[in-house]
Amino acid sequence: MSTLAGISAVAGVLVLLLHVALMLAAAPIVLGLAHRLKARLSGRIGPPITQRLLDLSRLLRKQPVVADGTSWVFRAAPLASLAATLAAASLVPSFALGMATAPFADLLTIAGLLALSRAAMALAAMDTGTAFGGIGASRAMMFSVFAEPAFFMVVFTLALLAGTTNLDTIATLIHSGTFGLRISMALALVATGVVMLVECGRIPVDNPAGHLELAMMHEAMVLEYSGRHLAMIELSGALRLLVWFSLIGVMFAPFGIAPRDADGASLAPWLWAVGMMAWIVKVAAMTLALAVFETTRAKMRVFRVPEMLGMALLLGLLAVIFLFVSQGFA
Amino acid sequence: MTEYCLPALALVMACLLALGVLAALTGPRLAYWGSLALCGTGAVAVLIYLIGGARAGSILVPFGLAGQPSVLALDGVSGFFMLLLMLAGAAATAAALDDHNRGPGTEDGTDNATAPAFPIFLGGMALTLLAGDAFALLAGFEAMSLASFALVLTHHRQPPVRAAGLLYLGMASLSALCLIAALALLSAHGASFSAMRARPPEGVRAAFVLALVLIGAGAKAGLAPLHVWLPPAHAAAPGPVSALMSGAMTKMAIYVMIRLLFDLSGPAQPIWWALPLLAMGVGSAVLGAFRANIETDVKTILACSTIENVGLVVVGLGLAMAARAADLSALAGLALGASLLHAFGHGLFKTVLFLGAGAIQHATLTRKLQRLGGLASRMPITTGCMILAAASLAGLPPSAGFASEWMLLQTVLGAVRLGGLGLQIMICVLAAGVVLAMALAASAAVRLIGVALLGRPRSAEAATAAEAGPPLRWAVLSLSCLVLMIGLFPGAVLDLAEPALRLLATGTMAERAGFMSITPTAEAPGYTAIAVLALLGLAGFAVMAVLRARAVAGHRTGPAWDCGLGAPPPWLPFGDPRLQYAGGSFAQPLRRVLGGTLLATTATLDMPPPGDPRPATYHETETDPAETALFQPTARLRTELTRFADRMQFLTVRQILTVMFGLLIGLLAFVALVEQL
Repeated sequence: MSTLAGISAVAGVLVLLLHVALMLAAAPIVLGLAHRLKARLSGRIGPPITQRLLDLSRLLRKQPVVADGTSWVFRAAPLASLAATLAAASLVPSFALGMATAPFADLLTIAGLLALSRAAMALAAMDTGTAFGGIGASRAMMFSVFAEPAFFMVVFTLALLAGTTNLDTIATLIHSGTFGLRISMALALVATGVVMLVECGRIPVDNPAGHLELAMMHEAMVLEYSGRHLAMIELSGALRLLVWFSLIGVMFAPFGIAPRDADGASLAPWLWAVGMMAWIVKVAAMTLALAVFETTRAKMRVFRVPEMLGMALLLGLLAVIFLFVSQGFA
Repeated sequence: MTEYCLPALALVMACLLALGVLAALTGPRLAYWGSLALCGTGAVAVLIYLIGGARAGSILVPFGLAGQPSVLALDGVSGFFMLLLMLAGAAATAAALDDHNRGPGTEDGTDNATAPAFPIFLGGMALTLLAGDAFALLAGFEAMSLASFALVLTHHRQPPVRAAGLLYLGMASLSALCLIAALALLSAHGASFSAMRARPPEGVRAAFVLALVLIGAGAKAGLAPLHVWLPPAHAAAPGPVSALMSGAMTKMAIYVMIRLLFDLSGPAQPIWWALPLLAMGVGSAVLGAFRANIETDVKTILACSTIENVGLVVVGLGLAMAARAADLSALAGLALGASLLHAFGHGLFKTVLFLGAGAIQHATLTRKLQRLGGLASRMPITTGCMILAAASLAGLPPSAGFASEWMLLQTVLGAVRLGGLGLQIMICVLAAGVVLAMALAASAAVRLIGVALLGRPRSAEAATAAEAGPPLRWAVLSLSCLVLMIGLFPGAVLDLAEPALRLLATGTMAERAGFMSITPTAEAPGYTAIAVLALLGLAGFAVMAVLRARAVAGHRTGPAWDCGLGAPPPWLPFGDPRLQYAGGSFAQPLRRVLGGTLLATTATLDMPPPGDPRPATYHETETDPAETALFQPTARLRTELTRFADRMQFLTVRQILTVMFGLLIGLLAFVALVEQL
């Protein structure tokens, strides 16, 4: 029995390493795919889907230029931001449950790590001393003020169903079909989608392709960065999108994912392969949905975004209240 | 060994009070060095006491109401708060020792004049904690209030300081009045706490106790709507004093609240007792966090965030009370654990931030955000420590603030088991409010650090700032390390709080708070701060390794890309400060979205037509709702009453006799009515 537990633990570590490698490799590709799809939808050919990878390797070859008057915070922030996003990525399962990090994969911790990444970038933007950095930082923090309650309502819904905020346990329960299909889950999914658009700075909140446009936040924050610093930030942004995709996949559609054993990851590598295929399909579908959504939508005015997030918060509240009404929980 | 702890702490307390008198004769040096030594001794004693199991004990001292001894007592709850007091006290005293940390006012000797109040302030707080009867509690609370009033007036030559001091004194009197009445209601069968515990209040009497304690202790803690005194008083006081007021004194008010409502009012309150606590708590949290985003004075921002954190602590207390009423002892333990951990963590990290603000004020002679900036390279240690503490303020993992906020949110999630649909929906709204407050606090923390410490200097003073002196630096540095450790090992603090939890809520955190991780229920996975740190560290190292192998090393500096914001020219060494984002501009989006509802903000733009040479002006105002809804009506009522009394003075003899006769009849009727009931 104990040898089995040991093997499971090793499998958990192995899955974790595979997962992190997969996330890192796939993150730039997913962004490239989204760009390619958006270009095709608007009748252009678009860049190859490996463009982001090429960009990253080109950025690594360039020496960064650091703006005058900035402090150590400016130089440390990209690393902090990427490390936080990477830590969050190592907590969100992609193709298999029961990773070595499963006991720590708390939804609130994941949200906290993403907030840490955002705070690091906002501080760096303030450190440049330019008005453009300031406008981006202040808007990013304003959006987060409304996004966090909305996302907490989603966490509330799942925690009510599963009795815990641990993502791995929640996914295991949803995967085993304990809850069935619920209206609450649908409402929570919409709320999560809105929060995802805001957190990743996608249209209609922010234009990821825009430069020097006054209505932006993310690009405004990173304007002064170059070289390896910018590479870290770009990777961090790509990874954040993939973390949200994986999060949505594992919270609302964990089909195909390799289930966990009692002590760790599943010991069946063919299940991993199935899980990986399912994950690729899910991520591709979400990328397509994102591309279609972004192509058909215009960017919103900044002060419409809090209204949209307020709607997400209401949907989340509604999801929780539906659960109360249908289940009691007294 | 532990049985000597109470006498030792009583001695420390007495020495602190005596030191105040002595220092008035000798000088401020003695007051600070003596307080430092005594706080250190006290911290060691209370740590031994808490680790040794915190057995409750009491001693009699021959000072009290005429002919009666007073009781001094120590148990898990007071011991836990005592540890916080001694740690924050030691750090604040060390900072006060710093020669540099004398702001304006040193020249005319006003600082020296109030130094004796410093040990009395500490001693009063210690007496509040050690009190075992109503008299000692009130004596300690009042010594704390009066000494801190004197300390707030340190720079009394500045008119705003005097106004803040008067407002503070008024609120302190209100606190005292309510607490005296509450304790009088409780001590119907004896003034010692054991006598109160034996006969807890019931019915209407208990409801009055609740209301009076909420007003009395709530005003001291800075709970909305009685928080109006707190920002100006904290801003007016010198750095170490505001650190103590925010870090320790508000926690003493929380302690009094816990002592009177959880302990002395008996274990069986109805569930509705939690409602005012929850409402005041979440109101304070949201309002305080939002004001922290709007204010432009560093210390006022910190004070507003104190209101927010006190609100979160009180939300935890309210949930604990509701869970206790519903017999969910495990949930009560979790809620109370969250509250105590948050109170402890906030007490320490807010002390760091206030001491840092004091250092900034000394180095730049200003606290205004629009005159700061660019301190990260000029005051690197202060900046690093403040960023660390601000991470707790923002509730980012793996900081101390995240651990306690995580626990609080777990409690909120568990609280849906409390009761019917109405209560559940209320919990839901409460959850949204609490998370909104936390997110607002994160935004406020980024704004504070980003504007005050980062970027380019906005004034000549900020451009020539120098790092704080060694005592302050060491105090801030060691306290920051402590905050870091609390964040990484929140279970250790919960272990120290264990006796308190056992005393107040039958459910404890013993099996749920390991050294490493905390979990909401015994078997579920929870939050492991050290694992989060390990993940962050591993990720960071991996990225660094890849960069070292693949990327071009080093960096060049060049002018900023954005709109040609180059290095400042030699004739304008700190550039044009108005080019940078400052506090007002950073707050603008939030102010526009939430300001109208929360703070009744207005903005008037006067844009002259083309050709008119007048300058365009933009003017913003904001009003705290508590001022319009509570304080201004009270002030009007006072004016009316004064006018009324004035008229009464000039009545004719006949009218006076009529009034007296009417009053007599009224009183007799009242007595008759009471007899009937």
